[in-house]
Amino acid sequence: MAAQEEDYLGIKDYKVIGTRPIRHDGVDKVTGRAKYGADIDLAGMLHGKVLRSPHAHARIKSIDVSKAEALHGVKAVITVKDLPLQEDKIKDLGEGAANLMDLRCNVLAENKVLYHGHAIVAVAATDANTAEEALELIEVEYEVLSPVLTVHDAIAEGAPLLFEEQTTKSLGEDTGKKSNITTHFQHKLGDVEAGFAQADVVVEREFDTATVHQGYIEPQNATALWNADGQVTVWCSTQGAFTVREQTAQLLDLPVSQVKVVPMEIGGGFGGKIRVYLEPLAAVLSKKTGRPVKMVMSRTEVLQATGPTAGSYVKCKMGVSKDGKIVAAQATLMYESGGFPGNWAAPGSMCIFGPYNIPNIHIDGYEVLVNKPQTMAYRAPGATNAAFASETVIDEICEELGVDPLDFRFQNAAKEGSRRADGPTYPRIGNEECLNVARATDHYKSKLEGKKRGRGVASGFWFNAGLQSSASASVNADGKISLVEGSTDIGGSRTSLAMQLAEVLGLQATDIKPQVADTDSVGETDVTGGSRTTFATGWAVYKVGLDIKVQMIERAAKFWEIPKDDVKYEDGVLSSVSDSSKTMTFAELAGKLDETGGPVMGRATVQPPGVGGAFAIVIVDVEVDTDTGKVEILRASIVQDVGKAIHPSYVEGQMQGGVAQGIGWALNEEYAYKEDGTLANGSLLDYRMPTCLDLPMIETHIVEVPNPGHPYGVRGVGEVPIVPPPAAVANAIYDAVGVRLFDLPMSPGRVLEALWKKA
Amino acid sequence: MAKKVHITTTVNGEETEFLCEPRQTLLEVLRDDLDLTGTKEGCSNGNCGACSVLLNGQVVDSCLVMAVEMEGQEVTTIEGVASADGLHPLQQKFLEHAALQCGICTPGFIMAAKALLEAEPNPTEERIRLYLAGNLCRCTGYDKIVRAVQDAASVMSKA
Repeated sequence: MAAQEEDYLGIKDYKVIGTRPIRHDGVDKVTGRAKYGADIDLAGMLHGKVLRSPHAHARIKSIDVSKAEALHGVKAVITVKDLPLQEDKIKDLGEGAANLMDLRCNVLAENKVLYHGHAIVAVAATDANTAEEALELIEVEYEVLSPVLTVHDAIAEGAPLLFEEQTTKSLGEDTGKKSNITTHFQHKLGDVEAGFAQADVVVEREFDTATVHQGYIEPQNATALWNADGQVTVWCSTQGAFTVREQTAQLLDLPVSQVKVVPMEIGGGFGGKIRVYLEPLAAVLSKKTGRPVKMVMSRTEVLQATGPTAGSYVKCKMGVSKDGKIVAAQATLMYESGGFPGNWAAPGSMCIFGPYNIPNIHIDGYEVLVNKPQTMAYRAPGATNAAFASETVIDEICEELGVDPLDFRFQNAAKEGSRRADGPTYPRIGNEECLNVARATDHYKSKLEGKKRGRGVASGFWFNAGLQSSASASVNADGKISLVEGSTDIGGSRTSLAMQLAEVLGLQATDIKPQVADTDSVGETDVTGGSRTTFATGWAVYKVGLDIKVQMIERAAKFWEIPKDDVKYEDGVLSSVSDSSKTMTFAELAGKLDETGGPVMGRATVQPPGVGGAFAIVIVDVEVDTDTGKVEILRASIVQDVGKAIHPSYVEGQMQGGVAQGIGWALNEEYAYKEDGTLANGSLLDYRMPTCLDLPMIETHIVEVPNPGHPYGVRGVGEVPIVPPPAAVANAIYDAVGVRLFDLPMSPGRVLEALWKKA
Repeated sequence: MAKKVHITTTVNGEETEFLCEPRQTLLEVLRDDLDLTGTKEGCSNGNCGACSVLLNGQVVDSCLVMAVEMEGQEVTTIEGVASADGLHPLQQKFLEHAALQCGICTPGFIMAAKALLEAEPNPTEERIRLYLAGNLCRCTGYDKIVRAVQDAASVMSKA
């Protein structure tokens, strides 16, 4: 089904889209009534806790749970033996795939623990404190092994192997070589050697970035009831109820329809709440006890054992002709997979040169096992690490050429028809428009006064995802519509979806009552991830609206006893084309559904192509304290092509939130490991995320170049804003004090070291 | 198991009794025993502020307060902020400014901001940022939260 041309061009005068209604779930969230996963309380509920590995890398020689089982109040104890065996098979899970065997060994370790905090035993007891006491009574005997904690350690000759039989698959072929490198891939465009031969300026640098966590404020939780009839219900905090259902059913060896997942309100995800950790454990504990079991992670467990995002090593080389044209680019990306194989260098490699039109590119990517938790998506996963490298190299090139960094980016900007090294050719994108807006911002044009102050800019690209979504809606007799959709709402998406439905039908946002449904109540819907919800579930909701519209036209025709092509539907009013006295509002007709054939429902499922890639530019001003090395953010602006901002406040919120996370990644956040591989900073005091006091207001500039692949021009919004900040901050620090930093985070210690080295 | 202690306290204006173990925090009792789950748990060691409540008008992390200390004290939680007449101006302004995304930190921010505005009706932006620095939000970048508090302050000082 194709949308109309006027919709594509974004020239339509929208009534609801672009306004800022109060979100439908708002009152519940400001009064404390909204129910998150940890707020569940069921009759007879038990509480589960997990025993975790104190070692980063060890063989499990024996596990003795007898004393824990004997503790008063303990009702069940499980190990990996209680989970059915799994095939060595990859399963697609929405954003990121999983190997089922690995998934099983991640939720409960088998034979080996691969990171500090790796789950080993789960216990259910009458209360959480008793369950914790039981953990202390479990005896595990380990043979401690040496850990590998960085890609450099992991690929060194003779490095300890996480999996003794692991060999590298290079360019699709098994090399047979035993290694912690699971995968090596390449993207090539043009002839990179010939390209560098034409270059007048070549800059090559190496970058290391630390492991960082998504840092959602709500810890993972899951409550499960395995009923006597074999039906399993799971209440949890997830970005995708259907992926939780799929993973849980697989791990329990049940048909998917035997598992119902009820997504509770979710307290942040950012990519980190897609993979299951607790859900299958709670379910098995429930099966063993016949009672519901609730499990909630502590903050330390969240940091130790849920997927942070990959630390990385990136080598980036770019060649530019003296007239300022990028003629060649080359990169090597080595990303930490954590304790099980992963694939985060892959999206990094798709994005590293994304904002540029470069004729000759060569990219090598490597996925590397290290003794850390299995790394997961974090807002444009892989792209931030990559852009830190390429955008810093570009800043150095601009300095050498003596050109304005935004002018240089404009001269080399990817646009419609430009080809990325990984294959796709861009449709209409808003990269150039963003650069133009950035150049015209008050921020960029303002003069930055003061010593030790500097300004930096950087671009970012993220491709966004479409996947699949479902929605249905029923028309109430008062003309209001109950909308049922499957995308968990992390940042106001109920409202951005309701607004799209209201727009199609010529109603108000308040006429729609949106609801996020459980897996038995709505069609399959992939995760709230890949910046896809307002785009893809929006597409579904748009089609639901068209479905309702067609039916309402039929009902009006029936009521007036006229042919349906004589009925016109405009701005929520139905009328007869031939007889202007026949006119009815949507609500008036809704009151007559009983007499015209019964209730009206709309439904749609989509797998939309036409995903629109997203570009963003970030400008930051910093002041560097050369005594302490502390970097203060004085001013920050973001310019982003969003396609069409359905609810501009929540679009701005995504942009601001992404910039804030990017600044945290740039300056403070890192997993600090001791030499033995144990995590030294497993609390929010020591894992230092930005507070209110660390940030200024974040200026947003929304650019709207409609995505031709969406009826209202929507592009994904959520992820790309995190991509530019680390490089923008690094470039600002250089502008302020003349030192270039190549490692994240650019913490006070690192800044001071660089200043001392320079002096 | 240690013997439970009987506590009489005031929660959201009403005299409330509960039994608690000496090791239980105020946060645990609020959520698990009094069913006031609007107060959230984010870290349980005083670093995130999601569990902020008012104790005799002062903002505290309820995960750092022992429940047995509540005898004769006055506690206000997020459930006690709105009245039958409607939302508190802070709640209203959080909605109007889209100052929440996932909403998990929102109750804590509203409690901390309420304590601030009751003590200082017209705080500067710097003062608001300092006062709210004990509350972590990972979604918003704080911009809209600060603006919501500024706007609420302006409405409340006119009222």
